[in-house]
Amino acid sequence: MSAPHTSSPLLSVHGLVKHFPIKKGVFGKTSGAVRAVDGVSFNVMAGETLGLVGESGCGKSTTGRMILRLIEPTAGSVEFDGINLVTLDKGAMRKLRRKIQVIFQDPFSSLNPRMTVGAIVREGLTIHKIAEGAAADARVRQLLDEVGLRPEYVSRYPHEFSGGQRQRIGIARALAVEPTFIVCDEPVSALDVSVQAQVINLMQDLQRDRGLAYLFIAHDLSVVEHIADRVAVMYLGKIVELATSADLYREPLMPYTQALLSAVPIADPTIRKTRVVLHGDVPSPANPPSGCVFHPRCQHPAKDAACAEIVPPLEEKAPNHWAACIKQTPTSVEWGVQQAAGGTKRPERYLPVLAHSD
Amino acid sequence: MAEPLLRVRDLRTYFYTENGVARAVDGVSFDIGAGETVGLVGESGCGKSVTALSLLRLIRPPGRIESGSEIQFDSKNLVTVDEGFMRSVRGARISMVFQEPMTALNPVFTIGDQIAEVVRVHHGGSKREAWDRAVQMLETVGIASPAQRAHEYPHQLSGGMRQRVVIAMALVMNPALVIADEPTTALDVTIQAQILELLRELQQKFGTSILLITHDLGVVAESASRVIVMYGGEIVEEAPVVELFATAHHPYTEGLLNAMPHVGQQRDRLATIPGSVPPPTAWPQGCRFHDRCSYAWDRCATEHPPLYQIGVGHVSRCHLAEEPERRVAVAERRSA
Repeated sequence: MSAPHTSSPLLSVHGLVKHFPIKKGVFGKTSGAVRAVDGVSFNVMAGETLGLVGESGCGKSTTGRMILRLIEPTAGSVEFDGINLVTLDKGAMRKLRRKIQVIFQDPFSSLNPRMTVGAIVREGLTIHKIAEGAAADARVRQLLDEVGLRPEYVSRYPHEFSGGQRQRIGIARALAVEPTFIVCDEPVSALDVSVQAQVINLMQDLQRDRGLAYLFIAHDLSVVEHIADRVAVMYLGKIVELATSADLYREPLMPYTQALLSAVPIADPTIRKTRVVLHGDVPSPANPPSGCVFHPRCQHPAKDAACAEIVPPLEEKAPNHWAACIKQTPTSVEWGVQQAAGGTKRPERYLPVLAHSD
Repeated sequence: MAEPLLRVRDLRTYFYTENGVARAVDGVSFDIGAGETVGLVGESGCGKSVTALSLLRLIRPPGRIESGSEIQFDSKNLVTVDEGFMRSVRGARISMVFQEPMTALNPVFTIGDQIAEVVRVHHGGSKREAWDRAVQMLETVGIASPAQRAHEYPHQLSGGMRQRVVIAMALVMNPALVIADEPTTALDVTIQAQILELLRELQQKFGTSILLITHDLGVVAESASRVIVMYGGEIVEEAPVVELFATAHHPYTEGLLNAMPHVGQQRDRLATIPGSVPPPTAWPQGCRFHDRCSYAWDRCATEHPPLYQIGVGHVSRCHLAEEPERRVAVAERRSA
């Protein structure tokens, strides 16, 4: 289901699933499962930024953690440079973590308060036997300099720094082992706007200089549009749309993406939005709706009984623009099949006008 | 202009800490008219939340509202009235919607009880009446089957529904002013849209004034008619919303607007404001923004700027108001 590419991808995720069991009663009998991630596939090319967006509980962070194997997947594969990470033993995985690093959301809880900044950045160098002694010291100072911190900060502790500076420390720690791929889990969500811009620019500079690939997980759609080459939108454990950043924001095809984008407030009081307001809340992933998981809240005019029956495939609706919706044309789910599932309305292209100036 | 609903003059709230005096709010003056929505924006540590708490006199030691501060409301100065009077104001005449609905609600009482309690405290009457009013209010804020939901506890509700309950509680006494401190920051964007829509509807219905405190300029652009920008414990700019977004005067406001990525506007690089917000125990001399400002010159380091009048209802705390040619010069150098 993932988009074909001419060159081979750096990271290839296929059919990734994570079900967390729900235990009930004194004997801990499993009574069901929370389908946090339910069959997710995508590729990340070398040097590329793939944005992964969605609302709380959509499974985007769980996906990132499974790639790092901080959470063990229930099913599926994660291939990095041709090696399947899911079946790797712990020792081999630890070695590979040199290539795959992570930047966390909260710069306050992700840095050990009892370690100096120097020790935090240096730890990876020691563990992976990259540098020792004076060479390691020099490397740490150089890394701090690269992320825009003064090299003499090595002997200070995390609490002496602001949120933005701590996030820079986290980035220096990730870069120390010279990774090629970084999972960025909401890296700027906790930062103020002016500081957020500094960190985003830094991440883009580092990417350009080092050819890094990012999986950029975030809920802030405007930040993702700015930094990502391609964007995958998740809803209830599934990818519902995947396209280049330009295409996705210009012409979202999946009704959920349309609603999500239309909900973003625009910092321009002269623009009046025609808003697609979603009613109610996201259903529980322990008991997701049948068929298309979005159908109970969907605003597509052709929505009908077939949407509750047929699981929509993630299909290519326009060149390199993938979306999961049997009512958005073109679709591979033929009209006869939809009718057999109770469909009464033919698929049609639905593109609500999202914003206009007065 | 008619007498404003709320008139704040030279509000100063200081915290006497071990590291010195933190001048969190340092000489803030503004008005809020009846039925108006005013946006109060700024980054962490600019003093916007302390301003909100000061209006309700919820400042605890080592914090203190300094004498000489004035908060005129219902022809009384809230800074000097006794605590008993203040209690009759809180929740009834001025109420507050907090950021985190889970901490604003008591986990061991049903949501119906919590709203009914507000009614009983301020209005008296029977338990039955208060409960009926609570259920009616839950319906007003768009909670489906309110009679059943009223018996539920906060943990049984989603984040968006909890925020609706908090709003119901804030509005149940039909207050003149609601202070909403980051009311949608903890919510997902689609839920945020629902809550902002609800606030707008309720404002139209009840004619409540809203002080909307947020760091999100997008939220302000869509909801407020007038915007106050704070930096370093002071107001640095105030303007009607359209004017602020079109012709921001203060370099800090300009920096904030440029630093935001906008959906639908691809740019290679985001503009940044160098450095970070200074600690409130040591605001810089002169203009408090001067060491982060790309226009700053020697005057800015020594002379604290007053709020200059820029246009109708538009003020800015920046010496550029007197020397506008300097902005042009810097802009020309940048494009050269």
